[in-house]
Amino acid sequence: MLEIKNLNAGIEDKDILKGIDLKVNAGEVHAIMGPNGSGKSTLSSVVAGKEEYEVTGGDILFENESILELDAEERAHKGVFLSFQYPVEIPGVSVTNFIKTAINETRKAKGLEDMPASDMLKMIREKSELLEIDRKFLSRSLNEGFSGGEKKRNEIFQMAMLEPKLAILDETDSGLDIDALRIVSNGVNKLRSKDNAVIVITHYQRLLEYIVPDFVHVLVDGKIVKSGGKELALELEEKGYDWVKAELTA
Amino acid sequence: MSLKDKLLSSYLTFQENTDLDNSIHDIKDEAIKVFEEHGFPTRKDENWKYTSLNSLTKPDYSLVSHADDAIEFKDVKKYFLNDIDTYKIVFIDGVYSSYLSETTHDGVDVCLLSSALTKPKFKQVIDVYFNKIAKKESLTALNTAFAKEGAYIYVPKSRAVNKPIQIVHFSTGNEANLMLQPRNLIVAEENAEVQVIERHQSLNSNAVFTNSVTEIYAGKHARVDYYKIQNDKENASLIDNTHIDQQESSEVSVHTFSFGGKLTRNNLSFYQNGEHNNSILKGITIIEDKQHVDHNTLVHHKQPNCESHQDYKGIFDDKSTGVFNGKVVVDAIAQKINAYQSNNNILISDKASINSKPQLEIFADDVRCSHGCTIGQLDEDALFYMRTRGIGVKEGRALLMYAFANNVLESVKIPQLKARITNLIADKLGVNIGFDL
Repeated sequence: MLEIKNLNAGIEDKDILKGIDLKVNAGEVHAIMGPNGSGKSTLSSVVAGKEEYEVTGGDILFENESILELDAEERAHKGVFLSFQYPVEIPGVSVTNFIKTAINETRKAKGLEDMPASDMLKMIREKSELLEIDRKFLSRSLNEGFSGGEKKRNEIFQMAMLEPKLAILDETDSGLDIDALRIVSNGVNKLRSKDNAVIVITHYQRLLEYIVPDFVHVLVDGKIVKSGGKELALELEEKGYDWVKAELTA
Repeated sequence: MSLKDKLLSSYLTFQENTDLDNSIHDIKDEAIKVFEEHGFPTRKDENWKYTSLNSLTKPDYSLVSHADDAIEFKDVKKYFLNDIDTYKIVFIDGVYSSYLSETTHDGVDVCLLSSALTKPKFKQVIDVYFNKIAKKESLTALNTAFAKEGAYIYVPKSRAVNKPIQIVHFSTGNEANLMLQPRNLIVAEENAEVQVIERHQSLNSNAVFTNSVTEIYAGKHARVDYYKIQNDKENASLIDNTHIDQQESSEVSVHTFSFGGKLTRNNLSFYQNGEHNNSILKGITIIEDKQHVDHNTLVHHKQPNCESHQDYKGIFDDKSTGVFNGKVVVDAIAQKINAYQSNNNILISDKASINSKPQLEIFADDVRCSHGCTIGQLDEDALFYMRTRGIGVKEGRALLMYAFANNVLESVKIPQLKARITNLIADKLGVNIGFDL
């Protein structure tokens, strides 16, 4: 589904990603772990299409086609979804209207008519129940004054509504208490299928107890330096990132 | 000949045809003297520092239209609010169109100012209110001297007009350059209620310069809601002078939606002459190219225990320019005043500009007056966030801009009008998305 080949990218002459290779197939969950400043968030932003980052080498293929030349919204239309570490507050736009607009703009891009209002309402009801979201919450301005947990739940709610093929969850566990973590992970797990894939980006192993990955990759200084199964996350938790770094320099 | 000289000499010709015994004649004579003395304001005048009338006073205007002004309803239908029942007072090149209008004398008077100024049965009201609310400044005086036509709305004590009233001024463009000076008088007596929607619309691209005056009187406990739709063509300019006299416990709101036109200046003055008044002044400006919109507001708190709420939002693209000059005066006896003023702006282009100037003159010591002004840009992070959810740049910008201006619409009391304004905003922003936030 997603194939990243020798990806080099940076911002304002500063190299951040220095040759990333990653292959994600449908039905898989990959975790990317790494210390602060290793390039985790840059990787997710570059895949999602943030223009501030310049890709200086390599390629990103989605369903066997390069998406480097596509705008962020075009990537979204193809089925790429990025859950933000810090979701942006948009005063004056309600959660419901935002998701309605997002869905209908995506449908428009595919040459489809707007989703009938009754279908939309039904879907909103189903997905908000899945994430234990109160109806009142849906009429509030998007992310404005939301707690950390509410913001993340809202991200996963949008993911549930948009039904992406590839979801990248950037530090979804940060700012979550244990209950919110359970609800959010539960939501993600219910959305997993053989047809979609998830990349979980996280600093800590904690989230991976709830969303169990098939593969774990360790990102250090813009490179994937170690890959393995879910047990690698535990090893990292125990020994810390210095262990990987020490192994590298050895 | 300058426009001023032309107007002065035309005045004499106009007056030859009028009834010298009518008391209005003296009012007009006095008014033309005020205009003769002061002329058109210039940028040396502090109140006109950021708006120049030079380009407006250069053309050689026709002061009346000579052509046949018949227009078909189907051709102008889109300029009316059609999905609700309304009264309509319609003018074409300054002349009343009975064909397009729907007036009434059933319990309330919704008719023509020309009738009111000349027929004896209206004399009592005219004597008390006509030209009594308006201040004697130059442009209002110019209008007083020339005005022959406009809307006359009289709502007697404890009456409510049963449907909104649309006042529409069309200009046909039959003259290359036309100057119009409509005059409206709206009197809502004690506990009366009325809603008015006003629009100036030119039908082709010839130049029109409208100098409009509206006087509004709100008696005790009266409620007046006035909505101005300013979405005219590129060569149409408007100076709107609106003067409002509020008596005890009255509530008056004026919403101004400025999306079109070449130069628009709104002189909006509220005089609170009773206690427990509430004055609401709101506006949304969305302009582009070289359009210019200037809001010059005054709220004069002359009595204690009153409120005023001002909220103006502006979005400026290309080389468009905006001005907000909001003056709040609180007299020494006007204690316990709550006066709020807020002016927020977004500059889309680095060539667009806004001059925002709050002016507070407070002589009472127990008052709460707040004012805030912001000038910013669209939030790029929010835009990226929206794009990752499949909302394109144009639609994302539109959604952000609408969300920014949206709260001004909350106080619009006519749902169909709110929907219409929302559509105008979507049109203006060039998108086809529902804004049902």
